[in-house]
Amino acid sequence: MGLKRYSVFAIVREAMSYHQGWERAWPWPKPKRKYDVVIVGAGGHGLATAYYLGKNFGITNVAIIEKGWLGGGNTGRNTTIIRSNYLQDPSAAIYEKARSLYETMSQDLNYNVMFSPRGLLMLGQTEHEVRGYKRTVYANNLQGVETRWIEPDEVKKLVPIINIAGPRYPVLGALYQARGGTARHDAVAWGYARACSAMGMDVIQQCEVTGVRSEGGRVKGIDTTKGAIDCDKLGLVVAGNSSVLAEMAGFRLPIESLALQALVSEPIKPCMDVVVMANTVHGYMSQSDKGEMVIGGGTDGFNNYTQRGSFHHIEETVRSLIETFPMLSRLKMLRQWGGIVDMTGDRSPILSKTPVEGVFVNCGWGTGGFKAIPGSGWAMAELMARGHSPLTEEFSMYRFREGKFIDESVAAGVAH
Amino acid sequence: MLTLECPYCGVKAEETELTAGGEAHLKRYGPGSSDEDFESYLFVRKNPKGVHFERWRHAYGCGKWFLAARCTATLEVFGTYPAQSKEPPAELQAKIRAKRPNWEGYR
Repeated sequence: MGLKRYSVFAIVREAMSYHQGWERAWPWPKPKRKYDVVIVGAGGHGLATAYYLGKNFGITNVAIIEKGWLGGGNTGRNTTIIRSNYLQDPSAAIYEKARSLYETMSQDLNYNVMFSPRGLLMLGQTEHEVRGYKRTVYANNLQGVETRWIEPDEVKKLVPIINIAGPRYPVLGALYQARGGTARHDAVAWGYARACSAMGMDVIQQCEVTGVRSEGGRVKGIDTTKGAIDCDKLGLVVAGNSSVLAEMAGFRLPIESLALQALVSEPIKPCMDVVVMANTVHGYMSQSDKGEMVIGGGTDGFNNYTQRGSFHHIEETVRSLIETFPMLSRLKMLRQWGGIVDMTGDRSPILSKTPVEGVFVNCGWGTGGFKAIPGSGWAMAELMARGHSPLTEEFSMYRFREGKFIDESVAAGVAH
Repeated sequence: MLTLECPYCGVKAEETELTAGGEAHLKRYGPGSSDEDFESYLFVRKNPKGVHFERWRHAYGCGKWFLAARCTATLEVFGTYPAQSKEPPAELQAKIRAKRPNWEGYR
């Protein structure tokens, strides 16, 4: 599939012909009868998995099946934060891999994902949190993840609109990752879809999986609303619906689906050029290129597949953020939306083989999947191609049986 | 906003008054059980897209735990019943079956 490359010359060329010559960014193929690998879920993680299967392992007879539209799930619903300041070594390894891949993603994919390493602060607002984050800084130093602890006066310098004096939640310092930041979430999905299509893979949208066929404990293929498709290997990368697909394949996962919400304000002039996360008050915020304040909150407590959450969580999120950012109280909120996230018992993801041979799962990213997309795809591709990967070793679905948790729930609070 | 009727005090409580407690009717395993049993009790969940039986606590009311049947795909509430129930009451199951003919049962 020869897709024309995007470049400044392409813009000049097309400008000469009234921009009539731009071709579709990616094709709309019909499914073939059989593929070597089928990935269910054309969100960031699924597309990245397919991309690295092709790029790193030369496996290009691949279909990526999507029931809705490209990146219409959590890839298009998150608050676009990218960071890798995790406490546990396996987490730091995969998230830092992801963050480092984001650095060159626009060049690698020939698609501008607008990665903006603008710096990220996780506020310490209680003594307990301060100690926790200092511990994370020490851990990060050992892991080779560049973070440092900064004092309140430096926080104030980086974020002039912040109220560090409290009184209820004073800012006692922050865990600062200078190369953390944001990226354009849709572009990540689009860029990968384009790159996958260019390698000859089929990105098949509006095609829902209705069943998983296996024989003698080995996967044979899937049934979809566009017909049956056979495959040798099947990757389930369907955050929010992982349990549903697992049930079709015949096993259960240690996962619950919960609604997580976000909202944006009306656009205003640039006032904050970093990402700020305030985990004590369950809120995190950045300013988009359009000027909207992008705000994320906490999850609802009950199982939910509806992609909408409870209003009182919005209220709680905004109420607590106003305490730390008083100027927010004058802003109107424009839009609010929800996505369904996979929650595991230890708040760490699952990248794993399953009881069905040839079926692999990549799920359980909880509230923080976007930042992990390239690293997750890289590791998942290696797992699917080779049967093992150093990055996924600790993230097996069987770790719960063995008690080998990767406990990030304490370290990260709720907001990822 | 989700509203559940507490089967003990009869209050129609909205969700800020309640705490969700996850899947109901799990089999509890004790000392001497296998690792698989503990895993199924502590971590593995059905997490269905559809009819879900779950534990709730009337935290800012009478404080008692109760059980509820709810659809996770539509947020429809089928009913609530006391936490001491070994399985969902027969009439509640019949009500769910009438509304969801393809429902595969509560297990």
